[in-house]
Amino acid sequence: MEPFQKLTGIAAPFDEANVDTNQLCPTRFNKVPIDDPTYPRILFHDRRFNSDGSEKTDFILNREPYREAKIIVADRNWGGGSSRESAVYALMAFGIRSVIASGFGDIHFNNSLKNGLLPVRLPGKEVINLRAQLHERIGSEISIDLESQTVIGPDGGERLFEISPVSKKCLLLGLDDIGRTLQRNDKIGEFKERYFKEFPFLS
Amino acid sequence: MPKPRTMFDKIWDQHVILEEEDETLLYVDRCLIHEGSRHTFGKIDREGLSVAEPEKIIAFSDHYVPTINRDKGLLGIYDSKIRGMVELLASNCLRHDIQLFGIDDPRQGILHVAGPEQGITIPGILLVGADSHTSTHGALGNLSFGAGASEIMHILVTQTLWQRRPKTMRITVDGELSFGVNAKDVILAIIAEVGHGGAVGHAIEYSGSTIRAMSVEQRMTVCNMSIEAGGRAGMVAPDEKAFLYVKGRPYAPGRKDWESAVRHWESLPTDPDAVFDEEVHFNAPNISPMVTWGTNPEQALPITGQVPLPSSIEDTSHREEIEASLDYMDIKPGAPIAEIEIDRVFIGSCTNSRIEDLRAAAEVARLGHTKVPAWVVPGSTFVKKKAEEEGLDRIFTEAGFEWRDSGCSMCTAINGDMLQPGERCASTSNRNFQGRQGLNGRTHLLSPQMAAAAAIEGRLTDVRDLIPGK
Repeated sequence: MEPFQKLTGIAAPFDEANVDTNQLCPTRFNKVPIDDPTYPRILFHDRRFNSDGSEKTDFILNREPYREAKIIVADRNWGGGSSRESAVYALMAFGIRSVIASGFGDIHFNNSLKNGLLPVRLPGKEVINLRAQLHERIGSEISIDLESQTVIGPDGGERLFEISPVSKKCLLLGLDDIGRTLQRNDKIGEFKERYFKEFPFLS
Repeated sequence: MPKPRTMFDKIWDQHVILEEEDETLLYVDRCLIHEGSRHTFGKIDREGLSVAEPEKIIAFSDHYVPTINRDKGLLGIYDSKIRGMVELLASNCLRHDIQLFGIDDPRQGILHVAGPEQGITIPGILLVGADSHTSTHGALGNLSFGAGASEIMHILVTQTLWQRRPKTMRITVDGELSFGVNAKDVILAIIAEVGHGGAVGHAIEYSGSTIRAMSVEQRMTVCNMSIEAGGRAGMVAPDEKAFLYVKGRPYAPGRKDWESAVRHWESLPTDPDAVFDEEVHFNAPNISPMVTWGTNPEQALPITGQVPLPSSIEDTSHREEIEASLDYMDIKPGAPIAEIEIDRVFIGSCTNSRIEDLRAAAEVARLGHTKVPAWVVPGSTFVKKKAEEEGLDRIFTEAGFEWRDSGCSMCTAINGDMLQPGERCASTSNRNFQGRQGLNGRTHLLSPQMAAAAAIEGRLTDVRDLIPGK
């Protein structure tokens, strides 16, 4: 996967709680292959486009400067619902590399980490504060430094965030899980030998 | 004395291969996939990998199969892109030697209905599915959760999965359910209280006398919607009912292993003094028949209620959220729920399409005739056959319902079964998100009985007014 180290970019304030993965990628787009050239249009499709394919001009990601957004600052419970990883592919195809929210759906959170999209959890009041700043100074940027686990808002204020040490390492280096698992094949073998002796009905 | 453990702790510990910093490598006993797993196979093929233990992977044709014309098999799917998804799963399974319950297999069904039905789901296992409603399987006393394409790929290639240990939450429901109230109402009431994201990061154990009194199928309805509260998993302690449910099913432990399996399963329930990170209590007699009125599952109220009045909400962001939901749903602020007229009814989905659900819906269907188009979509081909043996199909069709073939159908609306823009549906499924059942469609989640009542009244209706009292 693509490594994630530092990111500075335009951040779109998304003033809505409970944005589910159905909104990020409407179900009928699950069948689109990941390398399809139409992928950048999938994100929020049914809220971004009219039925004739024209853009809904009031939708935030259709407005300048947010067409170039690399970061979304959301609210609580971002990415709940369906396990579809296409929701992450849709975000990335649009150009989003990080979403900042006060909470994430568990499956979408993991899917993001596995694809090099950084989900940043900040306290609710920090997230509201960041969005307020973005509304005030339209087009301002946010910087994220994964190594130091900091988010720098338009006000220059530094906010620390938590991330699992393993996820951090994998993101910084662009490592996927398969490689590190296959290095443990001996341990997996030992486990299975013991496990199936104890639970022969599971073998 | 060893430290008392929760059922979650015991099942988790049983599957630990190794720990590395904050992550644990777990052995996965069963993995369930479906047509939507195309991205998983795409990744495997791009990286030239192979499937480690194909006999532990089971594939289901459910999300994209049509619910009519099934006697024509693949030729009954007229949309070439939808047909392509069903064909793609079949070819991927064939290539990787994975067993498939395909479109014309008598064992075909929704993965969360057909899996338990075949005995693939048993107590004590770690089961991961390529679908967020995999929490359903926990009703039999195991750890089951959904995962995305990358994690499913990892399982296919290694039969293991890295996870951070979730926290635990016990939801205790005690007391007897009132007349007209069932498992769906219980879980909708729980989500309304806990919140759509309230259980994020937690594995939920449902306990208490109400849950113990439920059948295994009812427990599946409860566990199924754990994800709608944000829960990582949902589970119920295995008991005699669970053992009896599993016994004799094709994939269940056979006679030779049965006693040792049951001995192990009996050791799984939470120890008396085990501590959960969160505890929530509900009083069953206080739960009414529930209906969602908004665009996420926590926006639910008793059928006797009125939708919120945004003008009475002080907090700006909360008020705007309620306004946006009411606007999308096209409901007047403060309107009584039982006056909302509907256009369609859908009885089906992995939440409510099992034989007991269909029996319950049929009990109400026989009391009248549909005023709006209403579908019954059994959760598996076996459920369909069983219902027909019991004559339920005739009850439904005589009452004006359409009796269809099994699949996910209008819950996820990708097989061609969907609402038309603006249509309002009373649905026994699990998600009322914007556009979930079709572009600009509107969904009200409710129980099978309440859905049947809505069909014969043409509006959201209190089923207790229809059924003759006890």
